[in-house]
Amino acid sequence: MEKDIIIDLRNINIALGGQPILQDLSLYIRNKEFITLLGPSGCGKTTTLRIIAGFLQPDEGQVIFDGSDCAGVPPHKRQVNTIFQRYALFPHLNVYKNVAFGLKLAKLSKKELHDRVTEMLALVNLTGFEKRTISSLSGGQQQRVAIARALAVRPRVLLLDEPLGALDLKLRKDMQVELKNIQQQLGVTFVYVTHDQEEALSMSDTIVVMDEGVIQQIGTPKDIYDEPKNAFVADFIGESNIIDGIMLADLKVKFAGMTFTCVDKGFAKNEKVDVVIRPEDVDIVPAARGVLPGTITSATFKGVHYEYIVDVQGFKWMIQSTDAYAVDDVIGIMIDPQEMHVMKKSKYSDLIGDYSSFSDEFDELSNPEEDDDE
Amino acid sequence: MKRRNGFLSTVYAGLIFLFLYLPVAVIVVFSFNSGRTTTNFESFSFYWYVRLFTTNFEAQAALRNTLILALSTAVITVLLGTLAAVGIDRLRRKFTERIALSANNIPLMSPEIVMGISMMMLFIFGGALFNQQFVLGFGTVLLAHITMCLPYVILSVLPKLRQTDPHLAEAAQDLGCSQVMAFFRVTLPSITTGIASAFLITFTLSLDNFVISRFTAGPFTTLPLHIFGQIRMLVRPDMYALTTLIFVMMFLLLLGSNLLQARAAKRQNKHT
Repeated sequence: MEKDIIIDLRNINIALGGQPILQDLSLYIRNKEFITLLGPSGCGKTTTLRIIAGFLQPDEGQVIFDGSDCAGVPPHKRQVNTIFQRYALFPHLNVYKNVAFGLKLAKLSKKELHDRVTEMLALVNLTGFEKRTISSLSGGQQQRVAIARALAVRPRVLLLDEPLGALDLKLRKDMQVELKNIQQQLGVTFVYVTHDQEEALSMSDTIVVMDEGVIQQIGTPKDIYDEPKNAFVADFIGESNIIDGIMLADLKVKFAGMTFTCVDKGFAKNEKVDVVIRPEDVDIVPAARGVLPGTITSATFKGVHYEYIVDVQGFKWMIQSTDAYAVDDVIGIMIDPQEMHVMKKSKYSDLIGDYSSFSDEFDELSNPEEDDDE
Repeated sequence: MKRRNGFLSTVYAGLIFLFLYLPVAVIVVFSFNSGRTTTNFESFSFYWYVRLFTTNFEAQAALRNTLILALSTAVITVLLGTLAAVGIDRLRRKFTERIALSANNIPLMSPEIVMGISMMMLFIFGGALFNQQFVLGFGTVLLAHITMCLPYVILSVLPKLRQTDPHLAEAAQDLGCSQVMAFFRVTLPSITTGIASAFLITFTLSLDNFVISRFTAGPFTTLPLHIFGQIRMLVRPDMYALTTLIFVMMFLLLLGSNLLQARAAKRQNKHT
């Protein structure tokens, strides 16, 4: 276990312009894993990446690479390479020379260099583009050149800073699959930065959820989604109804005026908690058969399912269902014990409310595409 | 009506070009005059050109001086100015940067005569400190020209640096360049057009400067100073020949730089 760790960040603290960016961040990265740093703009994920790459020196803490401390090692002497947000391809060089840039510096023989460039361009499906200028390429093609250029020097770790942020949705999905394939094929450790939770869930072996320079949770995509540690994680990853509750005893939680059986235990008696229930885990039944009554206040057709906002005793729930209901229908809701997840109260508990002010538009506005937290 | 407008605007443009280039044309034409006067063209000849290069040693020396001065000014100023621009570009504090840029712009605004006199005073004062009486010469006029041209270099290089993605240099470092190497391999190529135009600007500014040279050159004679000195006893036609040569040279320089820029732009758009 210990042997497999390639990068170990120990108690990293850094402030930029008087603003603390990372606070006591500790994180280890296993060899050959696909790890994603996920969080909103300004959460410190790009800063973490720049510290690993060597562009920033932490104020406190250590970066251990393969067993040795990296303090003072300049970027060009580290066995990590970066894919930058806007690719940072060299505009005065053509595709071939861009990919060959690092190899020339590594003083490879002419034949080796040519073979490696050809191999890399084949890997990213750009064979035949050798002589093209960078400005003549589409965004997706530029992205591929950036990947080929970074991988050509055979880094142990590849750092990717929102690499797909500038691509349109369709291309982004294709590139996600392709990146994952390349990573598995080459066995290179990927450290991936994104604010897109779907991207993180579908690509990663491990997800690190960050906010305000602090790691909120580390886990597999399934852990993070099913067992969020606090209200921030639950809210950031997917949709969730977060309800104030009281843990009466092990396996007994009270919320919305009712006592439910759940699968969580280990809380103090009568401890105040947050209860997370995912919208797809709630069943809508006729009012008479439900455990809680509710009134539908809005219904949106989403293709695969309908998305309802349901008023349950003044608290607005989001519920997804394949059955059609109309606004103002009175319905009942059912929740299975294993669908409830109980979390300790955190500083985020009071910040995250119900879905009364929810709209798709607002959601997109608060999720800006560009993320420059330098 | 439309045609008439077109006709009028053509005439108007024609007049503008006429007034712009007529003086130059007169000089060019009379530089090939075999006679001495500017009143009648006697016959076509290269007489004054031959005379310029065979007998007029003063003018030759002045031309040589001017070219050496302009070239030295351009090379040194471009080097210093590019370094300064890189420094300003890396200033992280907006306030310091604004101060640096304002300090840069003040010499641009101040009249040449003020700069000329103040620099002359400074040089003489500096000389007096070291008990030197005759300090003015090539060194002082060079320093003065460098001071005069430096702001132009910064103004022409800095925008190019601003347009350059700062991640480019980082990407180069990431791939194995040291910081210095990254500058030469990646940043420098993306600001070459700015540097080239800075070179042209400083070269021409120095070449035809009169006011500042007059105050700081001392016994060192540049071409503008030499020609001005001759006015008192009427300019001889070999000076027409010389100005014609300079005009042709500048014209070719400009044409060359425009062609280079056009080619670069074409290369950029080749596949898009």
